[in-house]
Amino acid sequence: MQTPAPCDYERATSVEGAIASLQRVGSSARIIAGGHSLIPMMKLRLATPEHLIDINDLHELSYITDHGTEIRIGALTRHVELLTSELLKSKLPVFADAEEVIADPVVRNRGTIGGSLCQADPAEDLSSVCSALKATVVLKGPDGERTVPLSEFHVGPFMTVVADAEILTEVRIPVKPGAGSAHEKVERRAGDFAIAAASAAVWIDGGTIADAGIALSAVGPKPIEVTRAEELLKGKSPSEELFEQAGQIASEDCMPAADGRGPIDYKRHLAAVLTKRALRRACARALHQEA
Amino acid sequence: MELTITINGQPVTRDVEPRQLLVHYIRDTPGLTGTHWGCDTSNCGACVVLMDGQPVKSCTTLAAMAVGHEIETVESLEQDGRLDPIQQGFHELHALHCGFCTPGMLMTTRALLNENPNPTEAEIRTAISGGICRCTGYKNIVAAVRWAAEHQPATTTQEV
Amino acid sequence: MAVTEQNLPSPSQERPIGFGRLKRKEDARFIRGKGNYLDDIRLPGMVHGVMLRSPYAHAKIVSIDTSKALAHPGVAAVITAKDLETLGLAWMPTISYDTQAVLAGDKVRFQGQEVAFVIATDEYVARDALPLIDVEYEPLPAIVNARKALDPDAPLIRDDKEGQTDNLASPLWEAGDEEATDRVFAEADVVVKRDIIYPRCHPAPLETCGMIADFNPKTGQLDIYNGNQAPHAHRTVYAHVAGLAEHMIRIRCNDIGGGFGNKVPIYPGYVCAIAGSIVAGVPVKWIEDRSENLMSTGFARDYVMSAEMCAKDGRITGLRVDVIADHGAFDSTAQPTKFPAGFFHIVCGSYDLQASHVKVKAVYTNKAPGGVAYRCSFRITEAVYLVERMVNALALEMGVDQVELRMRSFIAPEQFPYETTTGWTYDSGNYATTMKVAMDMAGYEDLLSEQAEKRAKGELMGIGVSFFTEGVGAGPRKHMDILGLAMNDGADLRVHPSGKAVVSISAQTQGQGHETTFAQIVAEELGIPPENVEVRHGDTDKSPYGLGTYGSRSTPVSGAAVAVVSRKVRDKARQIAATMLETRPEDLAWEKGRWYVKGDREKGVLIEEIAERAYSGEPMPTGMEGGLDAQVIYDPPNLTYPYGAYIAVVDIDPETAYVRVRRFIAVDDCGVRINPMIVEGQIHGGLAEGVGIALMEVITFDEEGNCLNGSFMDYLIPTALECPDFELGETVTPCPHHPLGAKGVGESPNVGSPPAIVNAVIDALHKTHGVTHIDMPCSPARVWAAMQGRPEPPQ
Repeated sequence: MQTPAPCDYERATSVEGAIASLQRVGSSARIIAGGHSLIPMMKLRLATPEHLIDINDLHELSYITDHGTEIRIGALTRHVELLTSELLKSKLPVFADAEEVIADPVVRNRGTIGGSLCQADPAEDLSSVCSALKATVVLKGPDGERTVPLSEFHVGPFMTVVADAEILTEVRIPVKPGAGSAHEKVERRAGDFAIAAASAAVWIDGGTIADAGIALSAVGPKPIEVTRAEELLKGKSPSEELFEQAGQIASEDCMPAADGRGPIDYKRHLAAVLTKRALRRACARALHQEA
Repeated sequence: MELTITINGQPVTRDVEPRQLLVHYIRDTPGLTGTHWGCDTSNCGACVVLMDGQPVKSCTTLAAMAVGHEIETVESLEQDGRLDPIQQGFHELHALHCGFCTPGMLMTTRALLNENPNPTEAEIRTAISGGICRCTGYKNIVAAVRWAAEHQPATTTQEV
Repeated sequence: MAVTEQNLPSPSQERPIGFGRLKRKEDARFIRGKGNYLDDIRLPGMVHGVMLRSPYAHAKIVSIDTSKALAHPGVAAVITAKDLETLGLAWMPTISYDTQAVLAGDKVRFQGQEVAFVIATDEYVARDALPLIDVEYEPLPAIVNARKALDPDAPLIRDDKEGQTDNLASPLWEAGDEEATDRVFAEADVVVKRDIIYPRCHPAPLETCGMIADFNPKTGQLDIYNGNQAPHAHRTVYAHVAGLAEHMIRIRCNDIGGGFGNKVPIYPGYVCAIAGSIVAGVPVKWIEDRSENLMSTGFARDYVMSAEMCAKDGRITGLRVDVIADHGAFDSTAQPTKFPAGFFHIVCGSYDLQASHVKVKAVYTNKAPGGVAYRCSFRITEAVYLVERMVNALALEMGVDQVELRMRSFIAPEQFPYETTTGWTYDSGNYATTMKVAMDMAGYEDLLSEQAEKRAKGELMGIGVSFFTEGVGAGPRKHMDILGLAMNDGADLRVHPSGKAVVSISAQTQGQGHETTFAQIVAEELGIPPENVEVRHGDTDKSPYGLGTYGSRSTPVSGAAVAVVSRKVRDKARQIAATMLETRPEDLAWEKGRWYVKGDREKGVLIEEIAERAYSGEPMPTGMEGGLDAQVIYDPPNLTYPYGAYIAVVDIDPETAYVRVRRFIAVDDCGVRINPMIVEGQIHGGLAEGVGIALMEVITFDEEGNCLNGSFMDYLIPTALECPDFELGETVTPCPHHPLGAKGVGESPNVGSPPAIVNAVIDALHKTHGVTHIDMPCSPARVWAAMQGRPEPPQ
């Protein structure tokens, strides 16, 4: 089996301590939580951090809490917890949709939302989920905390705005009435990354769409926020025709690259289909017409 | 660095490099080569052990990360000469051929039954979807788990 | 104390003495995690070898500087081609009478090719040393498209071979009758033509390949631990190649985590481990990682085929096939010597053709060597895929149901033994019966109705049929050899004074259940309970010479050997029993476990009593030696011909083009089933591999020869979620020449399933999207392209 290059290891006992270590060691230090993105890369020697800071003991970062107008998720919350959370199922079902098709059940026991977002794999599902939900993340560093909306969080493939000595500690998701959300994904085989995936969130008021969030994974260097389609939906009643139009915009506005999962035209096609399907389900859920 | 990891209820202490993977730490322990490895990219599940009762891929965990947690391997299933129902089920239903994926499958399905004592076929297939078997085509593994679900705890003395 | 009838365990359904659903003896260690696989073995003083591999598909090696690696703490040695040259081991022979570089000297010829071998205290250190080896390459253009390998401007890959001026690996090989075929096509009513590729895939057993070599310089003994499917053949090759004494080499295979043909060849890592141990005088372990396994070890298939099939008066009459076989950079395909295309010429299939003509030539490309692997029955997977796809293409063209066309064209029962147009003699079969069983199990008519209803609603459902006849159990001395070695297998049976027995066999299990089934054969023939029969294998010191396990040989060849040797023992027992009962041997009758006097059933002796007698001081029959044992080397008189009818039902998402195999019905006729539970298990496993090959498994390359599927992230193997709940049926037509009437089954499911699934995909898309062809793998992207009218070959 392939094995990592030599490195040092410390077990963080507090968030502040982890930040202090990051600052002390510099850019050759990496936070490790679930480790299911980092360790495979280390084994293939695509990543060679010299110092690992294990934050798995920082249980204060593991929570899913209801704050009325906001749901807050700690960065160390595991995929399996996101999948099974009753709170999320009732308020933000897009999470369960995505988690059912993220990696596999064993990996989901360890991987975390913080790790997934910070890994910033362009094909990673939680990025589009959080983007569609208009979430913000909390980054903590030596100089304190700052919040960054998801729309500004991803810079490019495997690149985010998280600075060398910062840790992502929390994801905050706004909760408004009339919400429905869904995630649709096509993959070559269970457990694979998406060929394309679409997350949709709608807020319906009096039968029309008051607000919408549509984001795509795996069809661009970072999650694609289909703002043009979001604008199209505002003020309109949900309809198949509307979903088709939104899908069409999604296929035009995404930026897929050809790779082993599929060529560009197929990915654009999937962007359209999956956007349509995600919107259909999100609206049905908002209107309480679907479980 | 010196680590002490609890494996199958026993503390195992060894001086290793920080980069040592848990799967190697386990396999370097006398009598514990039942945990296998089969890939480089955390796909095959041959290395699955339980950490605090949950299946994890030990090839994607540093040994250092396992300190302070309870690790259980396939060698822990048989107790006082009695096979676990899941082991008996695999034998009854011919759920193994070459045996290489078997420890990972046993630990994954043992954990499934602990959490969900009466899983459906779909739930079983989902639970084992993090592991690959090249030999059985999975049909008999599913049947074995159903057998174990219906025979908890082991009521027969071991046959094997 | 003599075993009497009173305390013999009574046979039951649960514990048959002889054939039946006996639970496996080998399970005991595996379910406890106590298997003994290669990486579980630790020897005192053992060091680790790791291979440095080429990043380029084709490049000159300008220089190799190992000094920094050698200086790295913990590194004991770094071996390059130069070092091996002094031992005469830089190149090794392949099973196809070609040569393969053990470590690249002049050039690298495929991405992943072995360049240097680092030996260090442990694997982590050895891998740290790999990037410290400085290799200067001069990249060359690469050939990855087999169709272009013989173009005049194609770069010459095997410039190491004297007289090689192009990339032809194996010259044109033909079977059948070209003229007769031309005539049949000229008279045909319908002709269809297809270009059909069987893409490169990989057996990928869950345990990768490896070896521990332990040379003792004082005694000259070379102990090898190695998961390999043909230990005796390997030993003979090592003796020749390394100049070692064959009787001083011992290969122990212990437990193997899957083979599927991947563990047949000799790999450079083995030779380097042996060389390392000879030079260093300590055990050297080499075990490859998964990417090495996928990128450098024996792949499967990669046949580029062009075919035409014709019909007259509603029946299939002719077939012609032209194949370019991609063998990779070295020809290391494994098949009997006179059959460079293996048994591909069984492509005439299960049909009463009037004529057929087959042409195969093989080319070198800048890819890993191999081709014959992955339960292929020596290229029968390629052949059946081709013929069964063509039958469906013809049925589409003729507007005839796919089953109907087959039923009309099958070889009829009264035509057996049947000589095919390419020289095969199928010994027995009743194809229509087996096909009907499959149709009944599937509910064929109901499926057709359901399909029509769904189509009306815009839902896509496909039904795909495949029917195969294959030939396994190679093979008779007079027709076949591998590397000049007869494809015979031995069995030694020794019954001890206690009546318990040991049978040693040449076959090498990698999960097929030999420890159980071969004990059952002895039990069936001698009446000794299977738990009292120990099956020994996997140790060249303790097992008779044989050619190993692949090509479904275990039951047809080793199984026959065990039956024959058991009968020899039984005959000897008869003689002894006659002496014990003071009568003549011809006055005795046999019931399982006991010889008794004809007409006086009470008067008999148990096999255990006979065994005790054979070793005692009591008189033996005149002229007979003591003991109760026998030895056999079995030369099969012919191959066996298992066959089957398979039906796949698929659903395709009309928008995303994702294919799901909803049902798979497999009716196999593998003759007598020694252990039906194990037979069914073999079928399940092969069908899962077929799902993988049809939908997702493929090894592809970019134009520069970079391998794009070098890990399990991109070489996708089905999980439990992609495999349906397989539905199995059986018909039993005993093999006329096999002592037990058994035929073998290990490869049939892999042979028969991919065409059924691909036929189903085309069936789902034909009426709605006009799809008439698609190549594997039927991934969502590729199916979608076909639906748009653009089916593309892979890579």
